[in-house]
Amino acid sequence: MAHGPAKGLSRWLFTTNHKDIGSMYLWFSFAMFIIGGIFALVIRAELFEPGMQIVDPNFFNQMTTLHGLIMVFGAIMPAFVGLANWMLPMMIGAPDMALPRMNNWSFWILPFAFFMLLSTLFMPGGAPNFGWTFYAPLSTTYAPESVTFFIFAVHIMGASSIMGAINIVATILNMRAPGMTLMKMPLFVWTWLITAYLLIAVMPVLAGLVTMMLMDIHFGTSFFDAAGGGDPVLFQHIFWFFGHPEVYIMILPAFGIISAIIPTFARKPLFGYSSMVYASASIAFLSFIVWAHHMFTVGMPIAGELFFMYATMLIAVPTGVKVFNWVATMFRGAMTFETPMLFSIAFVILFTIGGLSGLMLAIAPADFQYHDTYFVVAHFHYVLVPGALFSIIAAVYYWLPKWTGRMYNEILGKTHFWVAFVGLNVTFFPMHFAGLAGMPRRIPDYHMMFADWNMISSVGAFIFGASQILFLYIVLDTIFRGKKATDRVWENSEGLEWTVASPAPYHTFSTPPEIK
Amino acid sequence: MLKRARRLWAWLLAPAVLMTSYQAMAEEVERWKFNMVEGVTPVSREIYGLHMQMFWWCVAISVVVFGIMLYSMIMHRKSRGVKAANFHESTALEIVWTAIPLAILIAMAFPATKSLINLYDASEAEIDVVITGYQWRWRYDYLDEDLSFFSNMSTPRDQIEGFEPFGPHYLLEVDEPLVIPVDTKVRFLITAADVIHSWWVPAFGVKKDAIPGFINESWAIVEEPGIYRGQCAELCGRDHAFMPIVVEALPKEEYQAWLQEKRAEQEAVRQLTEQTFEFEELYDRGRQVHTQWCAACHRPDGTGVSGIFPALIGGMAVGPVEDHLNIVVNGSRGTAMQAFGDQLSEVDIAAVVTYQRNAWGNNMGDSVQPIDVFNFKQND
Repeated sequence: MAHGPAKGLSRWLFTTNHKDIGSMYLWFSFAMFIIGGIFALVIRAELFEPGMQIVDPNFFNQMTTLHGLIMVFGAIMPAFVGLANWMLPMMIGAPDMALPRMNNWSFWILPFAFFMLLSTLFMPGGAPNFGWTFYAPLSTTYAPESVTFFIFAVHIMGASSIMGAINIVATILNMRAPGMTLMKMPLFVWTWLITAYLLIAVMPVLAGLVTMMLMDIHFGTSFFDAAGGGDPVLFQHIFWFFGHPEVYIMILPAFGIISAIIPTFARKPLFGYSSMVYASASIAFLSFIVWAHHMFTVGMPIAGELFFMYATMLIAVPTGVKVFNWVATMFRGAMTFETPMLFSIAFVILFTIGGLSGLMLAIAPADFQYHDTYFVVAHFHYVLVPGALFSIIAAVYYWLPKWTGRMYNEILGKTHFWVAFVGLNVTFFPMHFAGLAGMPRRIPDYHMMFADWNMISSVGAFIFGASQILFLYIVLDTIFRGKKATDRVWENSEGLEWTVASPAPYHTFSTPPEIK
Repeated sequence: MLKRARRLWAWLLAPAVLMTSYQAMAEEVERWKFNMVEGVTPVSREIYGLHMQMFWWCVAISVVVFGIMLYSMIMHRKSRGVKAANFHESTALEIVWTAIPLAILIAMAFPATKSLINLYDASEAEIDVVITGYQWRWRYDYLDEDLSFFSNMSTPRDQIEGFEPFGPHYLLEVDEPLVIPVDTKVRFLITAADVIHSWWVPAFGVKKDAIPGFINESWAIVEEPGIYRGQCAELCGRDHAFMPIVVEALPKEEYQAWLQEKRAEQEAVRQLTEQTFEFEELYDRGRQVHTQWCAACHRPDGTGVSGIFPALIGGMAVGPVEDHLNIVVNGSRGTAMQAFGDQLSEVDIAAVVTYQRNAWGNNMGDSVQPIDVFNFKQND
């Protein structure tokens, strides 16, 4: 058993160890988060006041496009895959992932995809400038030449996601310790199992979509060109058939994380475990039949509008069940408020706010006023930033002592939380008002009536950005200088990962544990 | 920048200031626009009603959920010495909190469905206007009236680039607004010539995507005369932020008078095609056309944007006149260069080509007359 990691660079290049690969995913996603964040700050700097001051409108469009793509595909998704790599085998009592070589490969193609995507910034004509939703024909006939590199990058990201998802399904279904029945799995395992199926279902759709674009651009087809008999609306249907499940791909694992953290710090078991499982599965099912609510203004027939409106409103039910279960878990617990708990409580409150604005957006007639305004920007940032991102940060604080064997500095952790919490609300809450007042999204310049809200948002964005530098410092400080952590780390933590030593040995559960 | 920072401070101190004078408060409320406009059409008012109804439901849900959370966070903390309970299941509760939201949703679905059906009924319109989105301007065609014109943003570039103070309607002003009569059902037939745009006037509750190859419909009955402003709502390229919509709603008689005047104006422009112009006249008119139509991509000084929009110094502008005319009239397929043949009058095409061939050191010395453009189009 004295088989440890290889030395030097080859450890990272050739590793098949789920912990090494998990760490690489997490560091990679943090790097992308910083790059995507810098792009966001360019956007906020230009929008600080009316008039064009810093960038050209075309470069502004490149920033909005790359910010979205990098954050979705480079920061949030790889971070969740990294957490899955680290935690899933330890949570189900498995020695490693089911397909370790594929695991290595699915990580190592990612840096190339993003290197290629970022290199478009330096190409003649500039980077993709058509928004992260890349609607045709703006992204085909009217796109800069670098669009071809964008398409190839998306193909590689998709391949990486599909391989990662297959690996996760294979691991969960085949490698659980004896006695770990499906309904005994921690919720993080459940939500990742469901997420992996979503990924396998929709990433090929995205790949097909960008391939059709490639054909339109280079091989003379007219899938999306009306002049050649094609259909620009078809593009949107295919995109959102991928895009809506993608939204849940970015939030379901977060549900799993929050369901692990709140019971620990409330010192009380999770309320309604089985209803949480069924709610996650319902959300996943519904995610496939609501896509056209992103397209209420394209001029669908009324029957289509009504169907997608009702189906969308229905999502509020299982999502509500989840929120109520978390609140019931906290109720009559004995709570303490360490950093992971603070991030988790903020998650529940702010994600609920994002969910409620989502409910408003579901009302099709009202959506005619909300659509493509800053109200939508506020909505999806409320579900993605204090939603997906906060859950990832909470997970890092929660499991970091297990990974490194050292405790983070609690005072700094809480400082990080409060600065990030204030920063993000100052950034995104005013966007609701700017949107309702009539400010469209994706514009580099605006009328003075939106000036005050935009200035506040910009100030908040820089506060939020600064807080993430503190996060990096805290993690490095923990790794190099943190106090020794115990094996169980938290007073009331439950689950197999807390039964192994801190830091978790290079190989865990080589002999399967006993599940009672 | 400093002035804005001071305004931010003013806002932070606002509560104190607001107490002192009702007048100041009214002004602050006016400045801090934070809610959807109620608008001036039956549809926009209905939407506003739905929006507010939904908003209050959300507030009610928040108060209950966050209230219980806050209560727990205060009362059930370990530092108060409480012991955690151990309950973790209740089928009855799960059913209750599935059923209540479902009931709220059903209650909301009824008025939303009713509004949507009303909103989709564009039949029996008295006036039909075809709206076509271009990069980056709108064209309005009055069906049955033989009237059509383009609507361009009229905010000067100097304001955008900070050399001049902002006008009151910065970025929300156009050279030719869409004019419609009040108390009349106007149907908008919305399409696009290049990429997808979206025609949005908040005060009408109308937002509809303008999609090449499709004609979408929407409608409005405007009840109050006035000027209403909106913007393109779908990302459509570089100048997406710079293609505003302005609609002027006139009393019915004034609308008729406007129609007469507008038709006469267009007839006068058509007659200009037959005239011959001096070089200076063409050059000066050309500079205006260039600023308004070409400068967004090719820049006011003709230098273009490297890699996307070619410079007009040298190259095509010093080649044969026919090639120059061809690219202006027919555009260049597969690039952002549109066909301006139908967008600009013969006079304007002649003027802008003349200008571009002689400005910025091109010095070709030749000029193009409207009749040349006319003949070019005929033979094309």
